[in-house]
Amino acid sequence: MDFPFELLVNAIIAGLLLGGFYAAVTAGVSISFGMLDIVNIAHPAFIILGSYIAYIVNISYGIDPIVVSIVMLPAFYALGTCIYQVYYVSFEKRGQESLRGLAFFFGLLFVTEVMLILVFGVDYRYVEASYIGPSLHLGSIDLPLRMLVPCVTALVLFGLLHLLVTHTFTGRAIMAVSQDQLALQLMAADPIRIKRIAFGISIATASVAGALLVIIQPVEPSVGREYIGRVFAICVLGGLGSLPGTLVAAMLLGVMESITSTFYGPSWSPAVSFGFLLLTLAFRPAGLFGR
Amino acid sequence: MSTLRFSLVCLLVGFVIYVCGHLFGVGYLFFAGYTILQYVVLSSAWNILGGYCGYVNFGSAAFFALGAYSTVFFYKFYPLPIPLLIVISAVVSGIVGFGMGYLTLRLRGAFFAIATLAMAVVLQTMVVNWDYVGGSRGAYIVRADTIEIGNFSIEYIEYLFLLMMILAILSIVVSRAIARSQLGFGFATIRDDELAAEASGVPTLRLKLIATTISGALMGMAGAPFPYYIGYLQPASAFGLEYGVNSIAMPIIGGTTSWVGPLIGAILLGSLQQIATVTISSAVNLLIVGILLVAFVVIAPNGLVGLVQDRLRARRSK
Repeated sequence: MDFPFELLVNAIIAGLLLGGFYAAVTAGVSISFGMLDIVNIAHPAFIILGSYIAYIVNISYGIDPIVVSIVMLPAFYALGTCIYQVYYVSFEKRGQESLRGLAFFFGLLFVTEVMLILVFGVDYRYVEASYIGPSLHLGSIDLPLRMLVPCVTALVLFGLLHLLVTHTFTGRAIMAVSQDQLALQLMAADPIRIKRIAFGISIATASVAGALLVIIQPVEPSVGREYIGRVFAICVLGGLGSLPGTLVAAMLLGVMESITSTFYGPSWSPAVSFGFLLLTLAFRPAGLFGR
Repeated sequence: MSTLRFSLVCLLVGFVIYVCGHLFGVGYLFFAGYTILQYVVLSSAWNILGGYCGYVNFGSAAFFALGAYSTVFFYKFYPLPIPLLIVISAVVSGIVGFGMGYLTLRLRGAFFAIATLAMAVVLQTMVVNWDYVGGSRGAYIVRADTIEIGNFSIEYIEYLFLLMMILAILSIVVSRAIARSQLGFGFATIRDDELAAEASGVPTLRLKLIATTISGALMGMAGAPFPYYIGYLQPASAFGLEYGVNSIAMPIIGGTTSWVGPLIGAILLGSLQQIATVTISSAVNLLIVGILLVAFVVIAPNGLVGLVQDRLRARRSK
């Protein structure tokens, strides 16, 4: 039998598109977990929240989900700063962030998910937009627009974040806060304020990621759980706190998952990311691109 | 009280509870009681690693499901008596717990937590794709209505209840014995300052491996009779997130530093959930657990036991 070369190329391209989307999903965790050392395992739940908001507005007013998510950015940012404030007062200040902080976010994840189930039920929800359905064809390569649009949006989001982190004072302060809080104070920046801003940005990205998720696939409240492993796998794989590393790792994982589901069946694809995460943690905890 | 005498007292209490339940003559009590006892085992087991050592395990459901699926595996192969299956499940889950710990415990705490979550999904994917144990379709376990023990013939649900009672007592006795032994002090040093413990010669990795193994084995034991209890096992129910969240919420709400906390947490929260499931709905009961968990970690970080201790201390200093 001939090796299905065309299938492989298509799988790789689909994987790259998927990877772009994964990058958007991971961006927030890369900031909170990678830079601030806050293990926000509830992040996927906020992404699902973003999906549902995009869904409601899209169904009621027919507005494009991505536009909705951008409008919602300030609200998510505010939510993020509130959560950080609670987290800071109850855990960081008392120096108990490890065990109880984790339990706190686990509880948040759970509460958000169950609330969504109570309000919307467990039916799958999807949005409508002009770019869902048609694909571009380049020779034998298919580019479905419902994957291409999220991927491009994700890359734009990622580029903006990267610019923010590397080119503004606040951004650099965010990078610095995880390394040396005292030095940051000497630079006349309040570490708590910087962390609050950073956590706000991290949750804000969940709004966009949520809209992209609901474009790519129908969403129900517990979908978020699948993303916990993926998100942390990518984050660790990319080297904690490195945005370019995260992007590369996301693409890599997307391609691997896509190849697995093309050749072995989609029921195996969740195991790819988690298995990869376990292997990375066991053998190269600093990540592929870590120092 | 010595461990032996304590176990005897526990057995006595367990027996009294069983007799009281029997006098009421309502079969549902045993159904509900089984679930609560199962949570006593899970939360005590979680607490050995999470409360004593300070390592959060999100993958309780994975160990629980390992136990349950060991039973299914042997049921298809050759139906063994449940006590034997419990021992087998303990060995399987203990080995997995050890392996898991060996792979990840050299890392910082948060990584361990994420890795346990990851392990739950990997195991679930494997079970879903493994046709022998039913795959995603699930597996049926046919159980008899009654069982003969010696000359007595008792209802099967009561038999399961008694088994789970013994497991609950075992896990309470084990976690109490650990807390009072040298092992428990070693665990406490890891929780308080791992680096300092390591520097003063505490073999931290070995202690943590002991903790993951014991904790995993106990969770597997809790899962072993589950297929017989529920009659039809599917991956989504064995790997349910409610096991993960409950086995964290119960010790934290009760108090994590002693063996009493998980017991109190499991009994309170377990009964509350049983009541809420019957009277309101099962989604609402999970919401209650989540909100209580968040509220307790924020407001009363040392749980109910901590609250009572603070109250006593305040009264004494007056």
